[in-house]
Amino acid sequence: MAAERKVGPNRGETMLRFILSRLVMALPTIALVSVTVFALIRFIPGDPAALMLGDMAQPEQIAEMRTELGLDKSMPQQFLIWAGNVLQGDFGRSIVNDEAVLPLVVSRFLVSAEIVVVAVLLASLVAVPAGVIAAWRQNSLTDLALVGTATVLLSIPTFWLGLLLLLFFGLKLGWLPVLGYVSIRDDLAGGMLYLVLPIMTLVIHEAGVLIRMARASTLEVLRLDYITHARAKGLSEGAVLWRHAFKNAFGPTWTMIGLILGNLLGGIAVIETVFTIPGLGRLMVDSIFARDYPVIQGCLLFVSLSYVLVNLVVDLLYPLFDPRVVAE
Amino acid sequence: MKKFTFNGLIGGILIAILLLSAALGLVWTPFDPMKLSFTARLAAPGADHLLGTDEFGRDVLSRLMVGARASVWIGALTVGFATICGTLIGLVSGYARGWVDGVIMAVNNALLAFPGILLALGLLAVFGANQYGIIFALGIAYTPSMARVVRGAVLSLREREFIEASRVMGNGELYTMVRHILPNCLAPITVLATSMFGWAILSESALSFLGLGVPPPAPTWGNMLAAGRPFVEQAVWLGLFPGLCIALTLLGINLLGDALRDKLDPRMRGLK
Amino acid sequence: MKTDTLLTVRDLSLQVAGTGREVVQSIAFDIAPGEIFGIVGESGSGKTLATRALIALLPPAIRVKGGSVRYKGRDVLAMKDRELRDLRGAEIGVVFQEPMTSLNPSMTIGRQLEEGLILHTKASPEERRARILDMLKRVGIRDPEGALTAYPHEFSGGMRQRIMLASVMLLKPALLIADEPTTALDAVIQRDVMELMVELTRAEGTAVLLISHDLPMVARYTSRIVVMEKGAIVEAGRTENLLEAPQHPYTKKLLSSLPFRGEARAIDMSKAPMVSARNVVVDYAGRRSLFRRGKAKRALQGVSVDIHEGEVVALVGGSGSGKTTLGRTIAGLVKQSGGEIRFQGRSREADWTDYRLNCQMVFQDPYSSLDPRMTILALVEEALRLVPGLDVSAKRKRALETLEEVGLGADYAERYPHELSGGQRQRVAIARAIARRPRFLIADEPVSALDVTVRAQVLDLFSDLQKRYGFSCLFISHDLGVVEQVADRVVVMQDGRIIEEGDRDTIFDSPKEAYTRRLLSAIPALDQNEKGGVTLKWRLEN
Repeated sequence: MAAERKVGPNRGETMLRFILSRLVMALPTIALVSVTVFALIRFIPGDPAALMLGDMAQPEQIAEMRTELGLDKSMPQQFLIWAGNVLQGDFGRSIVNDEAVLPLVVSRFLVSAEIVVVAVLLASLVAVPAGVIAAWRQNSLTDLALVGTATVLLSIPTFWLGLLLLLFFGLKLGWLPVLGYVSIRDDLAGGMLYLVLPIMTLVIHEAGVLIRMARASTLEVLRLDYITHARAKGLSEGAVLWRHAFKNAFGPTWTMIGLILGNLLGGIAVIETVFTIPGLGRLMVDSIFARDYPVIQGCLLFVSLSYVLVNLVVDLLYPLFDPRVVAE
Repeated sequence: MKKFTFNGLIGGILIAILLLSAALGLVWTPFDPMKLSFTARLAAPGADHLLGTDEFGRDVLSRLMVGARASVWIGALTVGFATICGTLIGLVSGYARGWVDGVIMAVNNALLAFPGILLALGLLAVFGANQYGIIFALGIAYTPSMARVVRGAVLSLREREFIEASRVMGNGELYTMVRHILPNCLAPITVLATSMFGWAILSESALSFLGLGVPPPAPTWGNMLAAGRPFVEQAVWLGLFPGLCIALTLLGINLLGDALRDKLDPRMRGLK
Repeated sequence: MKTDTLLTVRDLSLQVAGTGREVVQSIAFDIAPGEIFGIVGESGSGKTLATRALIALLPPAIRVKGGSVRYKGRDVLAMKDRELRDLRGAEIGVVFQEPMTSLNPSMTIGRQLEEGLILHTKASPEERRARILDMLKRVGIRDPEGALTAYPHEFSGGMRQRIMLASVMLLKPALLIADEPTTALDAVIQRDVMELMVELTRAEGTAVLLISHDLPMVARYTSRIVVMEKGAIVEAGRTENLLEAPQHPYTKKLLSSLPFRGEARAIDMSKAPMVSARNVVVDYAGRRSLFRRGKAKRALQGVSVDIHEGEVVALVGGSGSGKTTLGRTIAGLVKQSGGEIRFQGRSREADWTDYRLNCQMVFQDPYSSLDPRMTILALVEEALRLVPGLDVSAKRKRALETLEEVGLGADYAERYPHELSGGQRQRVAIARAIARRPRFLIADEPVSALDVTVRAQVLDLFSDLQKRYGFSCLFISHDLGVVEQVADRVVVMQDGRIIEEGDRDTIFDSPKEAYTRRLLSAIPALDQNEKGGVTLKWRLEN
């Protein structure tokens, strides 16, 4: 019995190593994401300088712009210049109104983020317990009803659901505003009225996804021997479910919550269109219509980097639910 | 077990209805879906127009049938594109391992680091907002998921003893790949491709809803919903039916996908 | 009813809800306080379900059809949830087969052990801690303090099973149900854990219900045994009577399926060996991460072994001994970093095609070694694909003949692996390996995934084929009983080295190394009598 314990006693060091390795692992992803965003805009057919200046530009203006943008330099050089600017917080300026891109993106991002974060939080609070209960009562009527509802909910496209809710609560009942937007920073009570429907829409849809996820991962865990062992110890069902099943089953759902958070940030454009909210998604779509490439580029970069960040945080918190990942 | 076959059946029926109406829409629709009629503007559903007419007096049912065709067509091409490219990339990556795998997977993960529809939006800016732009944009956006799943399957299959048995028999790597690995990857590929078909239809309608998809007047469910939006107060059917089509299609695909997964999951098949 | 029984089971029947199929048919037995009682049966015998019913913890799909379970005179099956929870753990403890999944991975050992004490005793936190530390010490955990805050994944399988035992015995139950408690462990560790279990339960006066497929192991520790087959008890009795004079045909079959030593064969060792491994070294690259340059692990430290024509050489050792690595290296599945493997007098690398045609392998897990998407016939035909000089029809004929030889007739040809039982699949794997008529076969634990009676049939088949075709064989196994039956020569490995080798009778009758003696102390020597019974003799470690 030479090595009784497989892991050294120094748990602090193992944890530090885990955190550092996850941080370092995110670096190449961030670099490649930046390259992709840079390349994507460069793939757009036509001369970026001409595109940026619009149809009315004179040849000499274009030449000047080319020098200004560094387009006469080689691609890697161009990338480094761009990346250098980005690191200093300079995301360029909008072609349409010459606004600085970063502050624009950040202010719109905050609008989207408050909706998304609240929605995901509420959806998790409802859906995770529901999923665990469905798994616990597998194949019972409760389970069938919950899974059936979840499948229907996740099949309803958010923009249609939003439209229906708007039709019902806004137009028919007249309880909530239909058009426009007031920031909660300007008017807390009034602003919140505008957020109810978009958040409700997202909660309904994402709850469908999360119920199924939580159910599936709980089922996986409930099959395992330590659940039977916990019961054989004489624990009550509540203790078995909460102390032994839930904590182990929550890991995959936790990862899923992170993915949903990021996906919503990227896909919120439709919701913002339905509810006329001036968020990041709407900004991106409007910029695509306006061919405002610096803004498109800024949105892409900002959202994908925040997605990487969210997933990194999710990863770093994962050991709370499963201490094994630290050792691997 | 019974429950799943029942759900799968409902899913199958919903998808069959979708495919049939798309096919029927190719040869016959109740009315010409593009024909304007100012006398029949915003007509409520009734004997004449089963599902009513839109703000230009066009028959909604006919337009939905043609829209179904667009959804199926775009969905199928997108899934086909992503499946072929993703499978090839996944096979090469899982097969080569070493630095080739490292490079491919680094790029793949970077593409996966773009949330959902965002990469498609960026690509649409490149390809332009039209039917083929959508297919390429969505196809490229979905390829990394397929590549990752196939690579994962290849890597786990490589550890299985029947792959080692093939090596002991002296079979070449390529033969083993085609004869043993690829056929055993088909289950996860099928399951993912089914979900992808749903994602593609949803994304296409979302993009069309945003005005970045198939441009009007050609009907798609998404752009019908967008066009009908200003009129929903007077003509609720304009907001109802296109959305219902999308939701029922997605429901069908989800039910069918669940049934497929349960059927193809190796844990359900003979294995302990 | 006798007053000195702890547990009384009468006419207990279990059925599958819905179909009504009876999986346990009116079984009955008694367990006395402090007694060690055994249930023996193969997979599908219903032994595990029967014992789950004793604490009313059946899977949702299984229902009690009838009968009674009385614990100290109280009817367990009529108990309310509350009463059952007081019974479980406190009065009846359970140890399961899989130490890897029996402990909650996200809870510290200390908290998992404490849970039962909080639930069933009024001990103060200090008392609880003291009792846990004491129990951990008693089960042989060297650093009990450290173990309290450690997670299960930090311990090996054997250690986890000790912790499980500690967790159950901490509550001093009157009955311990041990369901295949050591099946997942190495032979040597198996014996340590069993000895520990007997010692602890004897000290606390706890009765044990020991459930296993391993008849000799159960017989070693129990006073009385019941044998189950297909849900019913076919025979019950005092252990030695049951072994020496079995009455029921199934018991006789089980006993005759135990591996016996075969006749010693004369192998011509004067000729050059068929296969010869010389100073083989294998290094596994360590797991590298950004902050840790993984240390390479040397799995084989210069190992040499010869296999002569027609000889069966057994490679034995515990897990981590390197026996499987050596087999896979000789098969060409693992790259060696040093040494040479020679086949029929020349380097294997000189003619790979020839080596591949003549060296085949049978794997351990018949569930994983056959491509699930190919028919049985296609699987065997594939083995002939690269064999020169056979046309398509000759290949088909040979494949069908080979299937016939392993006892699978033509009606199996078009079936898929998942339609076959474990034993049938392993027959297919053997057919695939011998279809080429190889000169040399590597068999890596070919029967360890199989039930006792099936294992005996497959071993017989293997011996028949070996005699008919005369191939040489490297037989890798952790089960010395099986080795005793099939091997001509035995090579014992430990920590990547060969520590002892010799012909079978020498190794089994007069082992030199302490490790070999430990391995042998885990299996009995069998004396067969004319009544179909056996006497078990256990070898001493020293």
